[in-house]
Order: sequence, then C-alpha cells, then structure tokens
Amino acid sequence: MADVINTQGHVRLGSNAGQGLTRRDGVLKVTGAATYAADNRPEGLLHAVTATATIARGRVTHLDVAAAEAHPGVVKLYTPDNVPPLAVSPDEKIHPFVWRMEALQSDRVRYAGQPIALVLAETLEAATEAARLLAPRYEAETPHVTLDDAEPFETTTTAFGRPADHSSGDIGKARATAARHVVAEVETVAQYHNAMEPHAIVARWTGDRLEIDTPNQAIGLARQTFAAFLGIEPAQILIRSPFLGGGFGSKAILYGGQLLAVLAARDTGRPVKLVLRRDQMYGPVGHRAPTRQRLRLDLDEDGRIAALQHDTLTMTSSFDHFLEGASNASHSLYATAALQTTHRGLRADIGTPGPMRAPGEAPGSAALEVAMDLAAQAAGLDPLAFRLRNHAETDPSNGMAFSSKALRECYAQAADLFGWADRPAEPRRMRQGQLLKGWGMGSAQFPCPMFTAAAHATLRADGSAVVETSAADMGQGAWTALAQIAADGLGLDIDRVEFRSGHSDLPDAGVAGGSGHTATAGTALFNAGADVVRRLVDLATGDPASPLFGAGNSGVTARGGRLHRNDDGRSEAYEDILARAGLDMLRGEGTGAREGQPTRAMFSHGAVFAEVLVDPDLGQIRVSRLVGAFAAGRIINPRLARSQLLGGMVWGIGFALQEEALHDARTGRFTNNDLAGYHIPVNADAPMIEALTVHEDDPFVNALGIKGVGEIGVTGTVGAIGNAVWHATGLRSQRFPIHPESLILSGESL
Amino acid sequence: MKPFAYTRAETVEAAIAAEGALLAGGTNLLDLMKIGVAAPDRLVDISRLPLAGIEEVAGGLRIGAMARNADIARHPAVLARFPALAEALLSGASPQLRNAATAGGNVMQATRCSYFQDPASSCNRREPGSGCSAIGGQTRNHAVLGWTEGCIATHPSDMCVALAAYDAVVMIEGPGGRREAAMESFHPLPDAAGAGPAPLSPGEVITDIRLPDPGGMARNARYVKLRERTSFAFAIVSAAAALDLRDGRIAAARLALGGVAARPWRCRVAEQALVGQPATTESFARAAELAVQGARPSGDNAAKIELARRIAIRALSLAADGTPDRLAALPASVFAGENNG
Repeated sequence: MADVINTQGHVRLGSNAGQGLTRRDGVLKVTGAATYAADNRPEGLLHAVTATATIARGRVTHLDVAAAEAHPGVVKLYTPDNVPPLAVSPDEKIHPFVWRMEALQSDRVRYAGQPIALVLAETLEAATEAARLLAPRYEAETPHVTLDDAEPFETTTTAFGRPADHSSGDIGKARATAARHVVAEVETVAQYHNAMEPHAIVARWTGDRLEIDTPNQAIGLARQTFAAFLGIEPAQILIRSPFLGGGFGSKAILYGGQLLAVLAARDTGRPVKLVLRRDQMYGPVGHRAPTRQRLRLDLDEDGRIAALQHDTLTMTSSFDHFLEGASNASHSLYATAALQTTHRGLRADIGTPGPMRAPGEAPGSAALEVAMDLAAQAAGLDPLAFRLRNHAETDPSNGMAFSSKALRECYAQAADLFGWADRPAEPRRMRQGQLLKGWGMGSAQFPCPMFTAAAHATLRADGSAVVETSAADMGQGAWTALAQIAADGLGLDIDRVEFRSGHSDLPDAGVAGGSGHTATAGTALFNAGADVVRRLVDLATGDPASPLFGAGNSGVTARGGRLHRNDDGRSEAYEDILARAGLDMLRGEGTGAREGQPTRAMFSHGAVFAEVLVDPDLGQIRVSRLVGAFAAGRIINPRLARSQLLGGMVWGIGFALQEEALHDARTGRFTNNDLAGYHIPVNADAPMIEALTVHEDDPFVNALGIKGVGEIGVTGTVGAIGNAVWHATGLRSQRFPIHPESLILSGESL
Repeated sequence: MKPFAYTRAETVEAAIAAEGALLAGGTNLLDLMKIGVAAPDRLVDISRLPLAGIEEVAGGLRIGAMARNADIARHPAVLARFPALAEALLSGASPQLRNAATAGGNVMQATRCSYFQDPASSCNRREPGSGCSAIGGQTRNHAVLGWTEGCIATHPSDMCVALAAYDAVVMIEGPGGRREAAMESFHPLPDAAGAGPAPLSPGEVITDIRLPDPGGMARNARYVKLRERTSFAFAIVSAAAALDLRDGRIAAARLALGGVAARPWRCRVAEQALVGQPATTESFARAAELAVQGARPSGDNAAKIELARRIAIRALSLAADGTPDRLAALPASVFAGENNG
C-alpha cells in the first residue's frame, strides 16, 4: 500500500503518523493537573449520594425519610414518591445503545446495588450518612443470579442485535466425514470493569442551559440521550469529558444516576455532584456476564476441522437485553467446512450486562482456544502446526476474502521470539527448580468496525491550524494518535496543530469503543485536513501570483506547511497563500465512516504465547512470560499501540487467573465488590510481557489502513494461559479463572 | 458516615482515659466507618503517641505499637534475627498501606469476612446474637480450624502469624494497669454464640510487642503465603516456620498457620512432634498432619485444609534450607527468589 493516501493526492500519511510520540496529556496526568469530572467544584455545589438496594428482587416498602432529612446538612431527598418526572420513562429503549435505567421510577428492586433514593447535602459526609439513615425495609422475593437457577427466555439476538444463531455448511454431512471429534466445556465468570476513575457527574443549569462534566466514551450520543430524557434540545447541553480514568465499555452507556443528578440540579437550582463508590459500580454501570460454553470440533484424518460447533449459555437482566456473544468468536478465525453457533439466554436478578473490553470475543476466544488445544492433541499435532493447518483463507461464516490477514507472520514472529520450537509435545516435561513449567498459545482476532465521526480543521493566518472533534481519550492515547493523523491530513508538523476535543460542542467523533475510534475519528480528521489543503490548492493554482499557478489540481503535494509543485519542486507556504487571498482562516470539514456494505472480512489478528510456572504442591500459577504479535493494519503510534496491546494481554492474565465477581446466591448481593476482594493483576503478576506489531497494509478497511488495537490483546491470551497450565500440569481447567484449589483437587501433588 | 468527635491523645494515660475508638494508621478503621460497619461516637487518635520505637532487648526485640509496618519490615534486627516477620509484613497489603499501618493496628485489624463487612448481613461478630450469614455463603476466605456455628471468620493478618510463631507477647496498658497476652492466644476463638470476647477491654491500649531471643532459629525461619495475586491480596492460607537445627536434627520448631482460623494458628503439637526428628520432608509431612488435626470445612472450603497441610510442609522445608542472606523479591511468594521467572 502506498504511503500517499489518495484524497486528490495532495496529502500523505507518515510525516507524523507512524511515530511513537509520547502522550500529549502525559505531563498533566502524572502531575495531577488533569481535571477529571469529580475534580470540578463549582460554587454552591451539592453532593449527591444514592442509597442502594440490599436485596436483588422485590419492593422497597419503607424508607425512613424523616430520619434522613433531619440529618444536619441534608438539603433534599428524592424517592419514587417525589422524584421530578423525565420526559421519557427511563424504562424506554430509545436507542439500541441506551440501556433501560433506574431513575427512581418505581419502588421495584431489580438487582442488588440498584439506586433506590438520592440524597443531596452540603457535604459528601452528610449525604452519605443520610443515605444510611434511610434504613430501607423491603418485601423481598427469592432472587436468581446464577447460570444454574436463572430463568431461560426466548431470544433471536445477542449483544448489539447480532443474530443469536448462525449456521453455514452442512454440519451433519461434515460430521459424517470426520475421523474424530473433541468436546470442550468452559465456564467464565461475571467480571466488572473497575475503571480506576469511578463514574462521576457534575451537573449545572444556567437558565435552560445544562453543563455536564462526566467521563463518557460517546459524547455525542450521550448528549442526545440526556436531551431526550429531559425533553430539551441537544444544543442546550454541553458535556465536557476531557479525561477518562478508564472506561472499558462501562462509560459508553448512560446510567440512571446521571439522569438523577441532572434532575436534582434543575430542581434545586444548584450544581450537583454524584460520584459512585466502588461498590456502587457493581450493578448499574454494566459488567460482563458469566458464560457456560460448549464447543465440538470434528476433525478429518489430516487434522483439518470438518465441523465447528460453539454453543453459549449466558444471562442478562430481568429488564433489558445484552447477551455476551461468545460463540461469535468462532465465526471467522479457523477454516471449517461447517459452522454452527448458538446462544441461549437467561434472565437473572442482576444489573444489565454491557460491553466490557472485547465483549463476546474475550470469553469466546478463551473457550475456542482451549478447544483448539484439545483438538491439536487429538490430531497429534503441535498446537501451532494445528492452527496453521486450519488457517482460514476466507471467512468461513460468509465466504468473504479477508481485507488483510498477516496472521501467519504473527505466528512466525511471536513463536520465534518465544522459542516455541523447543516445546515438548507432552505435558509435564518442563521444570524450573521444583516448579512445573508449561507453554501454551492462542490466536487473537478482533473485528474492525467503523462508526460515524465528523471533524473540522481550520488553517489560521500564521499557517498553524486547529482541529476539532469530540473524541474520548480514556487513557489509550486517542488525543495523541488522532492529532498525528490530523497533522498529516493538513500537511503540517504536529507542533503546528492545536487539537481540541472532549466536549460536545465539537463535531461528534462517535464512540470510543469497538476498537474503532482511531479509524473512525482519524478518518474524519484526516479528511477535514485534506479538505483544507484542497481549498488551498485551488487558491494557489488559480492565482497567477503564486509559484503554483498552473500546476494543476493534482500536481501539488502538501507537506511541512507548504504546497509543493510535483513537477519542478517550487513551493509556497500556507500563510502566504492565505495572505495573498486576503483570508485570515480557511476551514475544512471531514467525516469518517465505512461506506456501503463490506465486501471483505475485516479483522485484526494476532498470536499469543504464554509460559506459566505452577507450584506442584500448592497449585499457585504464575504467568512468567507472555509474547504476542499482532497485525492490526497501519500503526499510527507504535508506543501507544504497544501499550494498548500490553494492557489487553494483562487483562487476559486477570481473566485467566484472577477476575471473578462473587454473589451470595441466597441474597444476590456481592461479596467482593471492592478492589481488595475483586482481584485484577498487579505489576508483579506480569514479569515479562512483550507485544510486537507485524507490518500489514490494508487497502480495504479504510483509506488510512487503520484497524484497531484496543481489545485484541485480550483475545488469544486467556486461552494461551489456560493451555500453558495444561502443558505444565496435564490438567485441563474447565473454568476461568483457574484457582489453585482446582489444580490440587486430586489430593496428590501435581 | 456518622458524625464523630475526634481527640488526639498525647500520652498513653490520656488514651486510656479517653473513651472512644483508637485510631492509629487508620487503614482498617476508617474503611469500616465508611462502609457503616464501625460507627464510633469518638475517635481517639493515638498515632502521635511516642510508641514508634523498635529496640533490641537482650537478644529479643521490642516493637512499639505505633511502629509502621514498613519500618518494622526493613529494620536491621528484624531482617537479621526475625526474617519470617519481615517476609510476612512485606507480603501484606501494599507499600502505601504498609507505610501507614502500625503494629498495634495490624494486631487489632478486623476480619475481612465479607459478611462482617456487609451491614445488611447477619453477623454475630458485628452484632452479637444476629446469626452468621457466612455459613452457607461464599466461604473461600473462611475458617477450617477453631470455628463454631457462631462464627467462621478468619483473622487476616500476615504479621500476627509470624509473631505467633516467634512467641511474641502483646503488652497492654489499661485502667486496671498493665498486662501481657501471648500473640498466639490474644485473639479469642469463637464460641457457640459468636465471635467470643473482645481481645481488649474498654480503655486498654497496646503499647508494644515483645519478641524473645530466637536463639538458634534466627536464620532458619520463613513465611510462605498462597494467593492468586502477587501483591495486595490476603492469604488463602499461609504459614510461618522456624527451626533450631543441630547436626541435621530438630532441636526446636515453631509453626503457625494463617488464613485458617480466627487467630494465627500456632501448631504446638506439630512442633513437639518435630523435636528430635531429622529435618526431612517425611518429618515435616507428619508434623503438618498434626498441624491440621481437627480441621473441618466451614463451607465449600475443604481444599483449604489440604492447602494448609501442604503450606506447612513448604514453610518447614524452606526454614530447614535456611533463610536467604538477602530477602527475596516477591516476599513470601512460592515464586520468590530465582523461581519468579
């Protein structure tokens, strides 16, 4: 693929993009100067605290409102009896990406941790104590919160409206030709995003204009959603979201507390701040539901997959629909003559699940890669050789060619760096001191969606520029990578480009999710810059006083703040072109979206190799090495991309060995809803971890060739770790996370 | 949280006279106040009491109640003569917490039983007579030794496990004068009705902790802790062991288990059985059987009994190998030292 993007040929990608620049907001963040939503303290601020339900199903029968209101400092208390009305019920599904919310619309309790009252007070302490003094009483009903006892329901869709079931090829016929088959049964558990920054909102009304500070991954949609529920115009609302302390999907979707804070601010005429406690983030702001997956792989004599079946049982809430699409992870990765996937859903007394880093792909990949390892063993093949034998040349779910797929190169580079060739085929063959050592691998895959984004670029009289789009930087470095793309679109050095983002008066950049933000918002920014350059070229080539006069519309290239003739190399600076035209600025617009129906299958790919050490007596597992190689199209910023990939792989360590939200099945309440009890990895859990990126040109995925790196690191890694545990111990865990207890069940040392 | 009065005690006498909840490092009490489990009317800040010293006394050690966990763990005398205590301390909490948490507070910290921490659950420890919601619930962190139907909670401390093995004595001052209590029995075991009596009477203050001369055990002592996360996680099970070896035979032994009971579980029967035996895996295995004698699951946690037995063997074996000259990276981890990959 050429480095010149053909937007009339004037601008090229690569002067700024492709370089490992450090984060533009890095100094602000490490010095504490970055202002997160909860850091805002407008004058007259009231502190809001929600009281939350301690039952998972039933009705609130009594709240001691008098005791709470009598507490010093309390200003106002809202319950279903007096909460101001919304223009639209919070139980309305006004948009596929708007979840049904709890905004005190009734006394009904649908899950533990649900908000049941809101207290406003002059101090956080007073509001907290008043919420406690409410001492709710309930009419409790028996809750169902597990895969074993929740209620089955009929559904034809999984998350994001995708079909629940898929079938291609004739699975019966394919099985008839098979020589053998393997079955893998894998369970994954409930996980919670646990972004470092809690969900927070500061809401302030000035007349009929509303200002909101809140971390959000999709500012444009959030503004529309607030407007719809409040019955006002989006233009009346300004949302600021300059910094997000992590989101992972949980800040892509509004929750009821945000509506309540806005209502309370309007009702009291004072600014209101609501910050969730860590334990309050377990319920209303989404999570990854548990899954129970079964895979059957039928193999022919040569170890080729003849049929692949992947069935998932998972759960959603009693009142909304989000089913983790785990089986979809088997659609497009490995070649198979016949493919059949299903999802079945349960309704449970839990908060509605939502997208959490690699939704569907993460648990689905974990189970698929375990199944692939079992199948490799059955076929008598090395796990890598088996995956290569079943390399998909086209997408088996729809027959499409891939837009690009450098997976073979990922396998080769990661295996080489890891030293995979020395792996003994049999388990329990390697030791380090007294510890068992094992090696495992998994393939990584993640789709390349694009959403819709818009951007503006304005060239100023001095030749510098400002670009604008409401992108979300939740720590991934979007503002840095996007600024690099914008600078290339303008043909300017990045130091000459001011990047404005993070509030809703700017053009909508779409959602920071689905690993599609850089591709989508980046395309819009690039096009906006290119639009400016096109106008400049028109000015210059049409002006007899310009050295570019007569160069023709396509005979000019922009770089370094100048337009250059392609024929004789003469050039002119942007500011001179503007000055002669009598312009103090020149404005361009751009959009980013995928046009038409895709005719290619579009995915990022990767390969992950894991080494684990296992204590043979105590069953404790340590991931001692993790090596991944990823092909994700054009890498805009190698430093940030590597960080994203490493972060995904660390997430995989947590998924494989640690993360697990525990409910008491009798009450539906959590027993570990804090960071001491819900374990995510620490630095000491990831001693040696490396992520390579493999060169990949993709002329189809979008004009810039960008795929995405935010989520793919999770895929492949979980299975690789599980497979390494088998290679170390000879034991196949049927559940993630793998606990030490599960390895010593036999009563013998390993 | 509930409004409370705050006073600072400048002397031990003032702390005793002040009626209220004692606040030292605040790393546990303030958390409990935030979640509504503790609701004191008055906090008595004892963090400025002149009790932060760590002194060598006749081969042993005197650790002031206000000494910070981090300072104890890095004290030369602790590293040289009580290395299992250093390992235990460094395996606990996080660096930030260890910088704030005190020795006395560590001893007095509350169980991390999630039902104790949840005011909506019944808990005899929090509210005597209300029952125990933990039984029949999520019990992975719960006791397998010394529990009753009244309470199945565990004491979460790593430090106290090592202290119990080192024969530490807790020095207490109160309205009735001074008293001392052995670490291994300082924390009461639950009775049929609940958590048992409080370890301190109203007005009592821990002033210091005394460790006797470890004698020949100084360089044969280790602490081992099983957990899924390498830092900032409580033990599933843990063990402290120390041996006095003479010509390959055991002259004296110390063994205590953590994460298994409402107190650090000193295993005196096992220790006795080791005396005179060769320092071999077989000896340690027999001792470990004795250490978990009488253990029974308090829920879906039977695996902890087997893990406790095995970690006892591991701690004894490592103690027999000798304490490394330099404290290993990943303190108390089974992956400590060169095994960490």
